[in-house]
Amino acid sequence: MKAVISVIGTDTVGILAKVSDVCFKNNCNIVDVTQKVLQEYFTMIMIVEIDQCAVSFAELSDQLNRLGQEMGLSIHTMHEDIFNSMHRI
Amino acid sequence: MNYSYQDVLETINMIQQEHLDIRTVTMGISLLSCIDSDIDKACRKVYDKITAYGENLVSVCEGIEKEFGIPIINKRISVTPIAMLAAACPGAEVKKFAHALQNAADTLGINFIGGYSALVHKGFSAGDYALIESIPEALAETTNVCSSVNIGSTKAGINMDAVAKMGKVIRRCSELTADNNCIGAAKLVVFCNAPEDNPFMAGAFHGPGEADCVINVGVSGPGVVVAALKKCGKDCSIDVLAETIKRTAFKITRMGQLVAREASRRLCVPFGIVDLSLAPTPAVGDSVAHILEEMGLETCGGCGTTACLAMLNDAVKKGGVMASSHVGGLSGAFIPVSEDAGMIDAARSGCLKLEKLEAMTAVCSVGLDMIVIPGDTTADVISGIIADEAAIGMVNSKTTAVRLIPAIGKSMGEELDFGGLLGSGPIMPVNTASPSVFINRGGRIPAPMHSLKN
Repeated sequence: MKAVISVIGTDTVGILAKVSDVCFKNNCNIVDVTQKVLQEYFTMIMIVEIDQCAVSFAELSDQLNRLGQEMGLSIHTMHEDIFNSMHRI
Repeated sequence: MNYSYQDVLETINMIQQEHLDIRTVTMGISLLSCIDSDIDKACRKVYDKITAYGENLVSVCEGIEKEFGIPIINKRISVTPIAMLAAACPGAEVKKFAHALQNAADTLGINFIGGYSALVHKGFSAGDYALIESIPEALAETTNVCSSVNIGSTKAGINMDAVAKMGKVIRRCSELTADNNCIGAAKLVVFCNAPEDNPFMAGAFHGPGEADCVINVGVSGPGVVVAALKKCGKDCSIDVLAETIKRTAFKITRMGQLVAREASRRLCVPFGIVDLSLAPTPAVGDSVAHILEEMGLETCGGCGTTACLAMLNDAVKKGGVMASSHVGGLSGAFIPVSEDAGMIDAARSGCLKLEKLEAMTAVCSVGLDMIVIPGDTTADVISGIIADEAAIGMVNSKTTAVRLIPAIGKSMGEELDFGGLLGSGPIMPVNTASPSVFINRGGRIPAPMHSLKN
């Protein structure tokens, strides 16, 4: 099982580090990261494996959400099935 | 990974900016096992069965919301038409069932419970008449119970006795709740060709042909369609618009199918259908009227509206049908006036009229929905509107419905505000020429023939 973590907001130092830190502390393996910065506007999509995750999906999502609020970013954690369903037949 | 960076951003944008959501996960529960000649015993069985089957509905839906990041706006339950249970207890006070349903809804924390219903398209059987008589009081004394009555079908014709009765019942519903924006009438739908697996309120009930318990899902995404059409610009042909709507409807429905499958698996209840619907909300940017205007109309209700709606409705079905393993319910674009920001504006400006809405119902899902009419509209005129709408459904083999709210004590220029998903609406003018003699003849309009089509 994989989760897709999306981060959108103003670019600042340490976004990737702090999001990765939450993943590391919860034993989630990062398998893919794509990030772009367009005129100080930062977007990042991170795919993580959650089979061995130390906490529930909801807890992981809450932790990342709190991090987003602290950093003034919008962070969403969603199960990858939604993207597979919507974009692949 | 099977999806691209753009795919992920598109999905997030649909949910965050364009109001994409699951309108409802509706659990259908058969109450046939609760029939008892003692109404108090029957009510206890009804409460026990609903609260046992629906115990985890809200928590499971909230779990899915969290995990997939998709809002599920309403959690609802639909039940066997209560008239079938009322048939076993003649002389009893039928509205006790409505209170049992309300108590169950309160215990479970769901948004609506539908099925305070009767199917009388060919005639009244035991229980039907008593239930219909009790509707105004039942809806005035409860908050989350919804009621529907099927008064016609393509195979049976139209039961004109029921049509005459329902005009009076709708007025009475409004009168009893006049101090609360006439909300009673907003919870009552009169159907022709009612579907048995509809997850949408106020018309949801669990048909007698259904399994003991099923999960039906209704999606909602007018905002997503508007945004997709905006990107097409003003110069592309209608073919491009139709293709764009199909693609968008496919994506919306896939999400509905995913949620339905997950809810079904986690609740251990069979998956019934996904209702391929474009259901608007009063929120700005979530309007079916705005889709029609994006197609190129100055205002919804103007000439060209019916054609645009016909294309939209067809494209939604074509796109959605491949996205789900089972499709059903009302499936199509909804045009509830008070629940749609664009419709409200069009009605206020006088561009959208009742007669145009009637024409629109011939080519889209459902019918004359959430329309506020003057408080002095007579029961016979309301019955006349019901008969007209039912005739469209009967002849065209489609579901049509009427949900009118007579604004008691109010007249043209005033509005009713229901709040929440039900929205608010201006009073719309109604043709007051009397159909009384026709309505009070009684009897049945015979079923139409299905050859020699013209």
